[in-house]
Amino acid sequence: MNAAPAITVSALRHHYGDRCAIDDLGFEIARAEIFAFVGPNGGGKTTLFRILSTLMPMQAGKAAVLGYDLETAVGPIRREIGVVFQAPSLDKKLTVDENLRHQGHLYGLSASDLRARREELLVQVGLQDRRSELVEKLSGGLRRRVELAKGMLHRPRLLLLDEPSTGLDPVARSDLWNYLRQLQETQQVTVVLTTHLLEEAEKADRVAILNEGKLVAIDTPDALRATVGGDTITIQTKESAKLAEDIRREFGFSVEVLDDEVRFEQPEGHRLIAKIVEAFPGRIDAITYARPSLEDVFIDRTGHRFRQDRLREAGKD
Amino acid sequence: MTTSSTTPTVPVPHVAGAWLAVWTLCQRELVRFFRQKNRVIGAVGQPILFWLLFGSGFGSSFRVPTEGGESMNYFQYYFPGTLVLIVLFTAIFATISIIEDRREGFLQAVLVAPVSRFALVLGKVLGGSLIALAQGLLFLLLGLTIGITFSPLQLLAIVAYLFVIAIGLTALGFILAWRLDSTQGFHAIMSVVLLPMWLLSGAFFPASDNLLAYILWINPLTYAVAGLRRLLFDLPFPDLPSATVCLLVTLGFAALCLAIAWWSARRTTKGDLLS
Repeated sequence: MNAAPAITVSALRHHYGDRCAIDDLGFEIARAEIFAFVGPNGGGKTTLFRILSTLMPMQAGKAAVLGYDLETAVGPIRREIGVVFQAPSLDKKLTVDENLRHQGHLYGLSASDLRARREELLVQVGLQDRRSELVEKLSGGLRRRVELAKGMLHRPRLLLLDEPSTGLDPVARSDLWNYLRQLQETQQVTVVLTTHLLEEAEKADRVAILNEGKLVAIDTPDALRATVGGDTITIQTKESAKLAEDIRREFGFSVEVLDDEVRFEQPEGHRLIAKIVEAFPGRIDAITYARPSLEDVFIDRTGHRFRQDRLREAGKD
Repeated sequence: MTTSSTTPTVPVPHVAGAWLAVWTLCQRELVRFFRQKNRVIGAVGQPILFWLLFGSGFGSSFRVPTEGGESMNYFQYYFPGTLVLIVLFTAIFATISIIEDRREGFLQAVLVAPVSRFALVLGKVLGGSLIALAQGLLFLLLGLTIGITFSPLQLLAIVAYLFVIAIGLTALGFILAWRLDSTQGFHAIMSVVLLPMWLLSGAFFPASDNLLAYILWINPLTYAVAGLRRLLFDLPFPDLPSATVCLLVTLGFAALCLAIAWWSARRTTKGDLLS
């Protein structure tokens, strides 16, 4: 087994006509880490996923997957990576077992190996008693498990997943993460996934935040949170601009205004809350205190809110 | 969900692997076909419908004079053309499943699998051709009851010839379906291109004036119909191309369509990308 990093990318660019989807991306993903790309829709995650999964050819830049050049060695890459798409890739008219069998044949597994692997994977994803059922009869959560089994069937060393928890309930989502952790711990599989949920990205070993095709930040969730500094205080108010101005004057630190909210990060946040509420009686509708989250990192780096941006982008689709 | 540790081994690619991929994609076509009851009913119903139309005897007085004084009745004359029509319809409609595969996401997984695009094309075309062949065979057997006769050796030759026709037409369907994202678009092409192609193949009427003769001459289906006519009836048919020409054109058409289908499949299309 070669020891090259799971993925290395430098100066990667991609255009759809005039629209720039990926702009000068560069990063490295180590073996056996769980890595999440997070960002609003339209941020470039899906484009990146399509390029790394070999679905779409590269336009410009350099990229290597498991040490193979993405431009010249697509064959070996395809054999050694597992891909789980956001859109279902199962044949609904076939049974769970048949889907796995066809997948195994596409990856050239021998008959005896394929039989053993199907058995193993069905146990792993807890579907051994549903194997003869048609996929169209399964719930969304169970289908996602079959997709996972399908992606892992040929023992890939790198598993790529596009928005794997979309449409999953919290229990199924937590099952998914347990499974990914186990793959990492017992089989040293590198897991690279995309998500539009910041809470989900926090579970990864390392996170890259993508916005408008650019890499905004890349580090462990803890390290990213640490860059924000202090605790986050969010104040809901009807006169956000004026209140922000007053806080600046009174307390001497800078604050951000986001619609009806005033937001800032300061150490010793819990003490500040009392002082602020006393200083501006009747002008504060609600005030919340939180340890910094990846959302704060996102706001800090891009100057705008993650969710609203997401909604606006979703409206365009 | 639990995992157990396994020794990581990477499957080694080999030629057998490519055939395994072709076979598995072909088998999937057949399984899907037989699982969709309406498709099976349609496939069995269509030849029976044609058989009933022939058998009901309309046009039983119809005679096509042939040289040498012998004459053919209505259904003997139309039988080869109808056989080609049945194969045409089934082969082409079998490839509509590419559009479904795209929409339902199955194709995406195949596109990132270590499978050559030629294996993808061949698997699909082989699956569609076998379905078309089965349907043609059913019509052929029904033909026995309405005055069509053939020896076992003839049957073998007809089946082999039909198979080559089916490969060509399914590959043609693949080329048309590959770039389409809706089945409606496919139906439009069906009525604008494929149906006229069949009508002008000598299936309905022999060549008369110059323009029609020219169209017939360049239409590959002409040779499919003529070849079948020669295989089915032991008559001279001086107006038709020779058996060798028919076989060569039909083989060439199948090879050409396969090659174009392969070429198309190697190029990425916007449709590869489901969001």
